Amino acid sequence: MKPIIKVRNIKTVFGKNTVHDSLNLEIHKGEIYGLLGPSGCGKTTLLREMVLLQKYDAGFIDILGYNFSNITQEQSQHLRREWGVLFQSGALFSSLSVGQNIALGLVEYSDLSKKMIDEIVAFKINLVGLEVSDADLFPSQISGGMKKKAALARALALDPKLLFLDEPTSGLDPISAREFDSLILKLRDLLGLTIVMVSHDLRSIYDTLDRIAIIDKKQIIYEGSLDKIKDEKSEFIQTFFKANI
Amino acid sequence: MNKSGLEIQKKSTTLSLDFFGDFTLYQISRYEIEIESTLSHKYAFIEINLNHVTLLDTAAALYLHSFVKKLDNKHISHTIIADKKETLDTIKLIQKYHGEVLKNSKEKNSCIYKLGSYVYEHILGFLAFISFLGKLFSIKLYTIKNISQIRFKEIFFEINESAIKAIPIIALTSFLIGLVVAFQSAHQLKLYGANVFIVDMLGLSILRELAPVITAIVIAGRSGSAFTAQIGAMKITQELDAMRTMGFDPYLFLVLPRIIALMITMPILIFLADIMGILGGMIVANIDLGISTDMFLSRFLEVIHIKNFYVGIFKGPFFAFLIASIGIYRGLIVKDDTQSIGFNTTKSVVESIFAVIVCDALFSIAFTNLGI
Repeated sequence: MKPIIKVRNIKTVFGKNTVHDSLNLEIHKGEIYGLLGPSGCGKTTLLREMVLLQKYDAGFIDILGYNFSNITQEQSQHLRREWGVLFQSGALFSSLSVGQNIALGLVEYSDLSKKMIDEIVAFKINLVGLEVSDADLFPSQISGGMKKKAALARALALDPKLLFLDEPTSGLDPISAREFDSLILKLRDLLGLTIVMVSHDLRSIYDTLDRIAIIDKKQIIYEGSLDKIKDEKSEFIQTFFKANI
Repeated sequence: MNKSGLEIQKKSTTLSLDFFGDFTLYQISRYEIEIESTLSHKYAFIEINLNHVTLLDTAAALYLHSFVKKLDNKHISHTIIADKKETLDTIKLIQKYHGEVLKNSKEKNSCIYKLGSYVYEHILGFLAFISFLGKLFSIKLYTIKNISQIRFKEIFFEINESAIKAIPIIALTSFLIGLVVAFQSAHQLKLYGANVFIVDMLGLSILRELAPVITAIVIAGRSGSAFTAQIGAMKITQELDAMRTMGFDPYLFLVLPRIIALMITMPILIFLADIMGILGGMIVANIDLGISTDMFLSRFLEVIHIKNFYVGIFKGPFFAFLIASIGIYRGLIVKDDTQSIGFNTTKSVVESIFAVIVCDALFSIAFTNLGI
């Protein structure tokens, strides 16, 4: 399979603190890929670099054939429509209702009629498991789980090929978290998405991920499926996976 | 990207729509226009061919879904030809999850209803402000009894933030106001040969009115808005709730220090504005009207009674209280969204300047009637 995300020799430095040093990974089409590691290891930083929110200091990232090191403004705008990003706290625009949040990309980037946009919004709302009547509510009026679902619907509005999730189940109760996991699995199957996520939730890691990468000490110390993880000798892997099983 | 398009073939009663290339949300509008224009003719049978579509996204599938529904309503028979698995999956997905668009349920309200709710909201807002003042005074009484509870550290921090750092801007503003007032009146006074009366005019207007009001306006714009934004942001990030649960009363820790700091420093800032304003006037009088500094000062001592100075200073704490309490009140009622901060900050500045001017007018009437 051809990788659709290639990360090569990435180096990230904050002041005197080196976060990543020659970090490599590859993500294939259709897989659910997890980024794990102790806190402060730069998982979210790597995710932010992958979605063009932050610059790296050396190496390159290549997504869907666009190399970030020499990407033009038009190309990056085009690329931004090819992915959806779900932030940790949802980051719904608080001045817009849930429906307007989901419709925003469609209104700005397409020439669809109002009626058509309403239908697409209703479909995406159903797809993520919200009620169509929730579209009129504002972000301050809905619960944390609903916010995540609404933000997911917003990320899916333009039918992206790629989905980036930053701790999708954090702050959710166990039942909602499991619901969210099965939602992610369902969406991957239904829409053929490639999903990259940062997660700490062990249940969610075992239930959803196809492959994982573990970042520790500035590099990837493990990349691959979950089956062989327990044989690894790393201190972080030992404590994280053994302690919780 | 694959070249995409729509081929329309018309036979007597059959219309065949052959889509090819990508069929995504960016193509829908174009196709819709093409299809609508051919539908004016009545066809008995419509054939939709998706075999040449390389990518069908959910928006396009949704469009086809509603198009087919429309054909059903018109009793036109139709068929969809698709043998690619992805295309069929997307169509199935739509059939499973499409949702009815809800009619906007909000009723249109009459003019009178709107006016009524507007007035009602404002009355509620006013009552909430009164209750804020009540809480404030009860806290004040409490701290007078328990003097050790006063947060001196916060008060001094606020004095530095809202007053000491405001000294340059207040000095400059009042200097310029003195300059401009003197300059505008110099010409008129020269006409009557009443040059020396510039001292009376400047002394009275700056000491009694201009210095206090200008200082209050600068402070309202500078500190009033900052109070609202700081406390509003703290409310959104639940810092206020966190303080309450830890037993730190926000009124004691945030509200009172700000109000006390402003009430202490406002008279001092007005005194500074007095000096700078008169200085500005004195320079113009010297250059434009040929009144020497000695002459200006001796005349000043002669005609400007000390009570005028006290009147201006006396207003300071009242203005400070209005500015600080409105700014903080607006911060405390910020709702749980980001726009609310901007809205309340604007409101806080406008309302506190308005309150200062109303208060100043009331003082003017009172002092005149008291003969001060």
